[in-house]
Amino acid sequence: MSTRLFGTPIKRKEDPRLVTGGGRYLDDLGHDALAAAFVRSPHAHARVVDIDADDAFELDGVLGIYAHDDLPGKVGEPLPLLIPHPALTHGRTGYALAREEVNHVGEPLVMVVATDRYVAEDACQRIRVRYEPLPVVVGIESARDGAAVVHPDVPGNVAAHLTQVVGDVDAALATAPHTLTLELDIERSASTPLEGRGVYAQWDDERDELRMYSSTQTSTGVRAAVAAKLDLPLAKVECIAPDVGGGFGVKIMHPWPEEVLVPWAARLLRQPVKWVEDRREHFVSAAHERGQLHTVTVGFDDDGHLLALDVKFWHDNGAYTPYGIIVPIITATQLLGPYKPGAYRVEFWSLYTNTVLVTPYRGAGRPQGCFAMERTMDAIADRLGLDRAQVRARNFILPSEMPYDHGLLFQDGRPLKYDSGDFPATLNKLKALVGWDDFATERAAAVAQGRKVGLGIGCYVEGTGVGPYEGSHVQVETSGRVNVSIGLTSQGQGHETVFAQIVADELGVRMEDVFVTTGDTRKMGYAVGTFASRAAVMSGSAVALAARRVRAKALRIAADALEVSPDDLEIVEGTVQVKGAPATSMTLGTVSVLSNPLRYAFDEATQAATQFAGTFDPQKPPVAEGEEPGLEGKDFYSPTQATFANGMHAAIVETDPVTAEIRILRYCVVHDCGPMINPMIVEGQVHGGVAQGVGGALYERMVYDDSGQLLNASFMDFLMPYASEVPTIETDHLETPSPLNPLGIKGAGEAGCIPVSAVIASAIEDAEGFPITRMPISPADLWALRRRYAAGEIRPLRRASHPSESAARAEEPTP
Amino acid sequence: MKPAPFVHHAPRTVEEAVAVLAEVGHDGKVLAGGQSLIPILNMRLASPGHLVDVNHVSGLGDITITPEAVRVGALVRHSGLERSEAAHAALPLLRQAVVNVAHPAIRNRGTTVGSIVHADAAGEMPAVLALCDGTVEVVGANGIREIGWHDFFLGALETVLRPDELAVAARFNRMPPGTGTAFAESARRSGDYALAGVAVALTVTDGVVSAAWASFVSVTDVPSVLDLTPVVGGHEARSGSFDNALDRAAEAVREHVAPETDIHASADYRRMLVAELTRRALPLAALHATSPANDSFEVERRGAPTRSLTNPSFDHHRVV
Repeated sequence: MSTRLFGTPIKRKEDPRLVTGGGRYLDDLGHDALAAAFVRSPHAHARVVDIDADDAFELDGVLGIYAHDDLPGKVGEPLPLLIPHPALTHGRTGYALAREEVNHVGEPLVMVVATDRYVAEDACQRIRVRYEPLPVVVGIESARDGAAVVHPDVPGNVAAHLTQVVGDVDAALATAPHTLTLELDIERSASTPLEGRGVYAQWDDERDELRMYSSTQTSTGVRAAVAAKLDLPLAKVECIAPDVGGGFGVKIMHPWPEEVLVPWAARLLRQPVKWVEDRREHFVSAAHERGQLHTVTVGFDDDGHLLALDVKFWHDNGAYTPYGIIVPIITATQLLGPYKPGAYRVEFWSLYTNTVLVTPYRGAGRPQGCFAMERTMDAIADRLGLDRAQVRARNFILPSEMPYDHGLLFQDGRPLKYDSGDFPATLNKLKALVGWDDFATERAAAVAQGRKVGLGIGCYVEGTGVGPYEGSHVQVETSGRVNVSIGLTSQGQGHETVFAQIVADELGVRMEDVFVTTGDTRKMGYAVGTFASRAAVMSGSAVALAARRVRAKALRIAADALEVSPDDLEIVEGTVQVKGAPATSMTLGTVSVLSNPLRYAFDEATQAATQFAGTFDPQKPPVAEGEEPGLEGKDFYSPTQATFANGMHAAIVETDPVTAEIRILRYCVVHDCGPMINPMIVEGQVHGGVAQGVGGALYERMVYDDSGQLLNASFMDFLMPYASEVPTIETDHLETPSPLNPLGIKGAGEAGCIPVSAVIASAIEDAEGFPITRMPISPADLWALRRRYAAGEIRPLRRASHPSESAARAEEPTP
Repeated sequence: MKPAPFVHHAPRTVEEAVAVLAEVGHDGKVLAGGQSLIPILNMRLASPGHLVDVNHVSGLGDITITPEAVRVGALVRHSGLERSEAAHAALPLLRQAVVNVAHPAIRNRGTTVGSIVHADAAGEMPAVLALCDGTVEVVGANGIREIGWHDFFLGALETVLRPDELAVAARFNRMPPGTGTAFAESARRSGDYALAGVAVALTVTDGVVSAAWASFVSVTDVPSVLDLTPVVGGHEARSGSFDNALDRAAEAVREHVAPETDIHASADYRRMLVAELTRRALPLAALHATSPANDSFEVERRGAPTRSLTNPSFDHHRVV
């Protein structure tokens, strides 16, 4: 083939359409549909005494008002627990509409269907619900305390308690030359995609068929769940993810109450019904993440080698656990990053609170784990007076030790076994990029100007591309057009581009002839979904395998027609030709014609495939044994385990000496996701991830008051960073291939956001000279810490983490 | 997030608008730029039965410069004021402040008079009106009245405007000769409501500060002007003794303001912040007073390098 597209930073195929308003998002569909709106609980915890909708029924345009009592059969049963786990001893899920009790502000109670959303909201306002308030559990301390409980049958609010142990931690701690204990806190944030959730359902009364559209990360998952809830044969349900304006995890959770109720109402009313989430609804009724408290005890030797790591953490899972305990499991395992921990014990409690439920948000538990591990690394360096990068390097798993089995179970229920990575090389690249060894000079210059600057670092490993499988179908039409279907959905990642790149290479066709369809159960019924940085690894591998099947078939058919051996053929820009004698050739379109023996030609080209054309050997069946008509192929990729990407970030931060305002002067990323299909898209993913990470580090928090009211449920008060708050991101890449898949690739989707809180905390701590243990941090928070520090309530760092300072420190007597 | 039903009125003249307002009384709301009102309606925090949309009323879109004042009509958008060279030449404070109002898209719709009438304690333009000793021109069923800033604001989101009255213009008085101004605020994100902000004016006579005063954003419930002449007056502008007086000015501000704690910052932090912003803004006003040529549009544009005197490289907040 002429030029390989894999590895080329080509522009995204979908962008001209998306940036010129050609996108078809959920709310671009179904303008004539009825509108649904919901009455949601204003109480965090209450018994529902009475619902009075009489006034609402009197409004013109109201077609239906439904509470839990109105939901028949499975629609009225609890929503599914998607990922059960033996340690999840007290898993609880909500109802599509709350039954007798509400457990968080925003939980849906009543659905109104009306001619339009205005009328539906007018009706909601007229519905009067009487509540009997119950004691409210907000925050991890309150949940842990257990004085009040969210679910009466869940003692101590503990949904799950899980311990994993490798080695004898107590013995190793007892004999370690040094030990440290850190108390760490990460607050809640959320995915907050710019397009919220949305569902549009059409019921075909003549065929008893449902077609639904959902702004989801898993159309196959939604389809199966809705078919089960509505008691419909799977064959009678189609689910399509149209263009989706961001997901970041919240849309892998399913089925949302609305995904069940809107199709149910469409069938009941025999009319299309649509619900489009508004921003306030998204804040109070979708999902959040992050909130965890950690206690880390670490034992280490004089050189900073880890001997034992003992981690206890408490995870706020919100009111229900439909997504199981995936997030804390990821925290517990991915906390280890690129390091050998010595003996390791991690124990977590997943706790109920009367708040919005917690499901994975980009990073999915890793930012918390990374924060715990990296704060620990900095603390060790500070204790020993060593360079922070050096302490990390001393604990790295080395390339020669790959594959490296930690002896733990990962989120996919399989061993946590790193397949690849060269951590020392990644660190060296990062140090060069940020100028690690020259920072002392930079700092001295800043200090001379009365400025405070600090350098921070964070390292992570990310298990990407978890199973169970993804598939792909590739088909060449008689025109030469190549149709590629994958079941996994797209939320703007560039799937139409990267999968076309893979197919163009594998098949030997032009990029512009390849058309990719994603997330449509009519085209590909078997798929899992887009999460866990898995699309490139899983669907990318499946696409390559399917394309290889098509290529082999094309060569077989062409070899037969050209009377040469398939081994002598190559495919160049859509033409099958004899190597070294390209005049002997036929286009893939012609091969496609021949692949489908015809009785009826439909154009001039296809006459070649008809029965009197003399194309086929009359002694053989028109379709050879073992073959199927059509130039197409399907394949699935199902790996034995996840593949592990890694990266390291560094930042230089300045804090205003008076106002404590925090500014990121430089942000550097070195990232290793193996060979990059499209480096520009990888960089875009990293940039977006860092932007969300900066949000989590400096701006975003979910501010609940003690009564469980979310005080900042709008973009005015929930401070998602603007472009103006996100620094220029400097990137470099390492491409260590994975041995696990045909392309050697590893995932990149979540990477950017994972270490940002750790990096920024590290840098602020370095600038300020006292420990930072809680993120996010605002200027007012930092200013308050400075006052506590000045009052002697916070111990200083030993400030020995930089070569120049360690040198200076070495001349002083040790206190 | 859809508003409750309302009747939309689109009067063409001030008289018609006032007549409708008189008719609907307390059930009416004036719609101009809508940048605060529409979100409030969509969230159903307010459900007025009548919206009196003044966007088609003639005669409200002008900026008029007189020797004494800059008069800004009720339909002048923030961006119009921002771009008016005449207004900037007459009263540089206007542009210094208005570029801090939210984001360009909001400034393109939102009106300066609307922002004053909304009377949000976090609004920049009420503080500017106060610093300029400005007035609001009001037309009601009983005719025209002009209300001084001091009498106009009653409390956060509350003014003396009666339901039948329409604010048709704000009048910002120009500064005495030898006066420089500066505006500084700090927000969590670019374009957010400020955690704290300050507008300062400083008059230099024969090289010596003869007057200085300041007004505040987000740290007082209604606009208020603090006379700083007692602490910085009498010092030679941009001298060592002036610099020393800045700390006393900051202290005076700390005592004057009454910030509140919210989810973004504590009251203590805001008090410190506004004092520090004042300390950084006063020297800039002194610079403008002595060399007005420095006061060009370029340095005031958001995102341009800031001139924070203690920390030249730091542009996290804007001092212009």
